[in-house]
Amino acid sequence: MNPIHLGEADLLVGALLVLLSAGASFALNLGVHQQLLWAAGRMVAQLLLVGLALRLVFRAASPPATFAIIVLMIGAAAREVAARPVERLRGWAHYRIGAAVVAAASVATVALALLTAIRPSPWYDPRYAIPLMGIVLGSVLNSASLALDSFFGGLVSGRAGIEARLALGASCNEALADLIRLSIRRGLIPLINQMSAAGIITLPGIMTGQMLAGMDPVEAVKYQIMLLFLLTGAGAMAASGAVWLAARSVTDERQRLRLDRLAPR
Amino acid sequence: MSTQSRPADVPLLQVEALACDHGGPFDFSLQRGECVAIVGRSGSGKSVLLRMIADLDPHQGEVWLDGRARSTWPAPAWRRQVVFQAAEPFWWTRTARQHFSSADLSLVESLLPELGLAPALLDAEVTRLSTGERLRMALVRSLACRPRVLLLDEPTAALDQAATLALEALLAARMQAGLSVLLVTHSREQAARVGHRLLEVRDQRIHAA
Repeated sequence: MNPIHLGEADLLVGALLVLLSAGASFALNLGVHQQLLWAAGRMVAQLLLVGLALRLVFRAASPPATFAIIVLMIGAAAREVAARPVERLRGWAHYRIGAAVVAAASVATVALALLTAIRPSPWYDPRYAIPLMGIVLGSVLNSASLALDSFFGGLVSGRAGIEARLALGASCNEALADLIRLSIRRGLIPLINQMSAAGIITLPGIMTGQMLAGMDPVEAVKYQIMLLFLLTGAGAMAASGAVWLAARSVTDERQRLRLDRLAPR
Repeated sequence: MSTQSRPADVPLLQVEALACDHGGPFDFSLQRGECVAIVGRSGSGKSVLLRMIADLDPHQGEVWLDGRARSTWPAPAWRRQVVFQAAEPFWWTRTARQHFSSADLSLVESLLPELGLAPALLDAEVTRLSTGERLRMALVRSLACRPRVLLLDEPTAALDQAATLALEALLAARMQAGLSVLLVTHSREQAARVGHRLLEVRDQRIHAA
């Protein structure tokens, strides 16, 4: 079965819904009509640019171009991971943690999928490597930023409790254990929700996209299952790694809590 | 930081040139079974001094326990021997009992009546205890570590006279058994009752008072 190609007129039908929403916002004085139109316009421009760029890269099938795009994607995701938490480390330390966990979790997961499960030829085929990296990075970004936000926020609000344990002879690992567990759990909740809801409450985007593109539903489901496994592994790695690195950054060799290493708000 | 050991005939706790941005350098010593009371205005650096001795904040200087430099102790082992109790002790689980190991419970249960605390309070929610009960329970928690030195930051600030005297009596009994106490207080009367010596923190330095 061939996919049904969409023309500009087809997209305009969908755009009418955005225009209707903006009109409703204006009529009801919600004050979000400009934001809606701006976000929709921006989304169209971004996706068209990405589509054109990916068309070029897919045609070229060049390892350096694939590598460069992946590095750019990792850099952008690392920046987002570092920028989202309200509390953060001083200087570049926060960005180092973001870059380390995003790069390690996403590269390890995507490489595992490409080399063992999907096995495209060549293994770095951009048609597989780039979309996979994109979807894995989204999951890594969410898990790591949620876990870091929870950890740094908990450090500031729970400082007295952590120091009370240190003062009674606990090690940093013992004093921070509850907060570390809570933060990693927070980072994993969206993944658990995503897996629990898949197929019952929602039809995941990749599977839906593949079915719309003409793939057999069972084959599309297999891809979706594979992807959810990858996303869960990558998210768990990112959340645990981010919190572990953050915990090391706010303690020292004398087992002290170093909140002076957090940036002033 | 020096790491060599000293001869055995030195004070139990020796504080040498302890300093940070908020106070010091502080130099003084504490004998075995001695209580040194520390007074001074609010914000003069008394709590900062106790936190530095407990090694909870970055600073310069050295502290010696029984002739052994603090830098040679793993930090948790140091803090189990030199226990710091904050002015507002924090409780991190629901009941007081959950803060003690089973090995400490017999000691804990023997200390409660000395401070006028009913054993049932161990299983009450900490948030339901009065401020005074929480302060006394915090002293029990500190003593359950079996420390050699107690660093107490205004431990009776919210206690009535009877509870204050009970706490002082317990400290006196423990000092008879060899415990040394560094007591930060705003009450010169209490300093005179409990302390063998009185020091004053003034202009971020320590002076004999």
